[in-house]
Amino acid sequence: MKLVEAIIKPFKLDEVKDALLEIGIQGMTVTEVKGFGRQKGHKETYRGTEYTIEFVPKVKIEVAVTDGQVARVIETITRTAKTGSIGDGKIFVRDLGAAVRIRTGETGESAL
Amino acid sequence: MTAIVTKVAKYGVLILGIVGCVLVWATGASSQEASPLPAPAKIDSGDTAWVLASSALVLAMIVPGLAFIYGGLVRSKNVIGTMMHSFIILCVVTLIWVLFGYSLAFGPDRGGVIGGLDWAALSGVGSLPHPTYGPTIPHLAFAVFQLLFAAFTPALIAGAFAERMKFSAVLLFTILWSIFIYCPLAHWLWGGGWLSKLGALDFAGGAVVHTNSGAAALACAVVLGRRRGWRTDYMAPHNLPFVLLGTGLLWVGWFGFNGGSARGANAVAVGALAATHLAASTAALAWMMVEWMHRGKPTVLGVASGAVAGLATVTAGAGFVGPLSAMLIGGAAGVLSYFAIVWKGKIGYDDALDVVGIHGVGGILGLLATGLLACKALNPAGADGVFFGNPAQFGIQTLTVVSAVVFSFVGTYVILKLVDGLTGLRITPDEEATGLDISQHSERAYS
Repeated sequence: MKLVEAIIKPFKLDEVKDALLEIGIQGMTVTEVKGFGRQKGHKETYRGTEYTIEFVPKVKIEVAVTDGQVARVIETITRTAKTGSIGDGKIFVRDLGAAVRIRTGETGESAL
Repeated sequence: MTAIVTKVAKYGVLILGIVGCVLVWATGASSQEASPLPAPAKIDSGDTAWVLASSALVLAMIVPGLAFIYGGLVRSKNVIGTMMHSFIILCVVTLIWVLFGYSLAFGPDRGGVIGGLDWAALSGVGSLPHPTYGPTIPHLAFAVFQLLFAAFTPALIAGAFAERMKFSAVLLFTILWSIFIYCPLAHWLWGGGWLSKLGALDFAGGAVVHTNSGAAALACAVVLGRRRGWRTDYMAPHNLPFVLLGTGLLWVGWFGFNGGSARGANAVAVGALAATHLAASTAALAWMMVEWMHRGKPTVLGVASGAVAGLATVTAGAGFVGPLSAMLIGGAAGVLSYFAIVWKGKIGYDDALDVVGIHGVGGILGLLATGLLACKALNPAGADGVFFGNPAQFGIQTLTVVSAVVFSFVGTYVILKLVDGLTGLRITPDEEATGLDISQHSERAYS
């Protein structure tokens, strides 16, 4: 099992979520995060004091998938989250040691 | 030593209250027997109603007005502590004003410097009008109206020491400052003191409130020092909508601040109200334009700050100048206050919420502008300014500015050093990192 972690532009969330549902993913976790890669931040001015904000608001989606689903999920997220401009985000894949469905106690792939 | 004095500061308010009750009982009882029961026919209900309404409007300028402006301008970890300042200063000054503050400021003159204690515990201040302070309103109405000015002024200063002052120090500072700085200066200009005898014009507090709080704020910034992380940390306002809300309340309330200073519902009040509004609007526009040209974007904080600068600046002359003069004053206020704040950054003192740049500069500009633009035809109780054939007025206004600035700055500096020695002024670096809300009050604003 793998945990696919995707950091994307916030306004792309609905599009990515819908596409993932279409390919059969049944759940995900979403967090509001801040970050930067090569995308520059922005400047804010308050009464003559200027701040350079490097962190840009992003959204992180985490989806637990079977090994067989990984490639399809990566392709789907890449396709729907892409805008072509700097700051589109990144996808990371981690190994998932175990998974448990709390309500029923199922473990492994049937918990996903 | 510090622990004892902190305890005294904590219980000081309680002690003041008990003393107050004794005083009221001792003097209040006898004054009630002395004054006649029915109000004299001279009291005008329209005038009285307007002054009472104005009192409520000025109250709105403090809480919620200033509370929200200042609360929104600080970081979220300090919002409760900052709003607390406005609330508690209002309450503390109310106590002092009633016990002896009003008497010191407006009581029968002693040597041109201070009123006496004749009216301590508002003894003799009742339903009978006072011939100079408001011949058509109950004396008590005037006293209450002025109480709110006395509370508003130290609440303004709180902007300079935002985010880093100990709560006990705030209390002690407020008590000492109200008695030793506000009351004398109010007396000099409004209570029959030496500046008023020279013909100084200050309609609603250009000197007594704004120049005074501005100079005091500078002293606070200098003595307390900069906030930790100044210029390196992100210290942007945490809630600009709050700031706008507070600014709106300030604008509405200022109609009473200046309008009510006419002490009646009359032509001068109308002129003052109109001048207030015109100055606020033009100042906001002026700030917006200067900022747009200077920084490339018009900001909402700029428009709000401009409006407040206009309101502060027109205060000195609201009831003495005409509408076009008011717009000129507003325009100048927007531009000058904007640059005062830009230069603050270059000079490097940490007046956290810009009391000096907006109220200090505004007050001074307003007093001087009044020396130029005052017109006796608009208000016979005033005088003519330079442009109406009386160059001497500018000199008197300048003297007022210098006196207010020097007295307030030096006096505040001394009081701060005293309070520092007694309770300490600043919270610890750890407390500053955690924030006022948790460290001073064990409260969180937002869960």
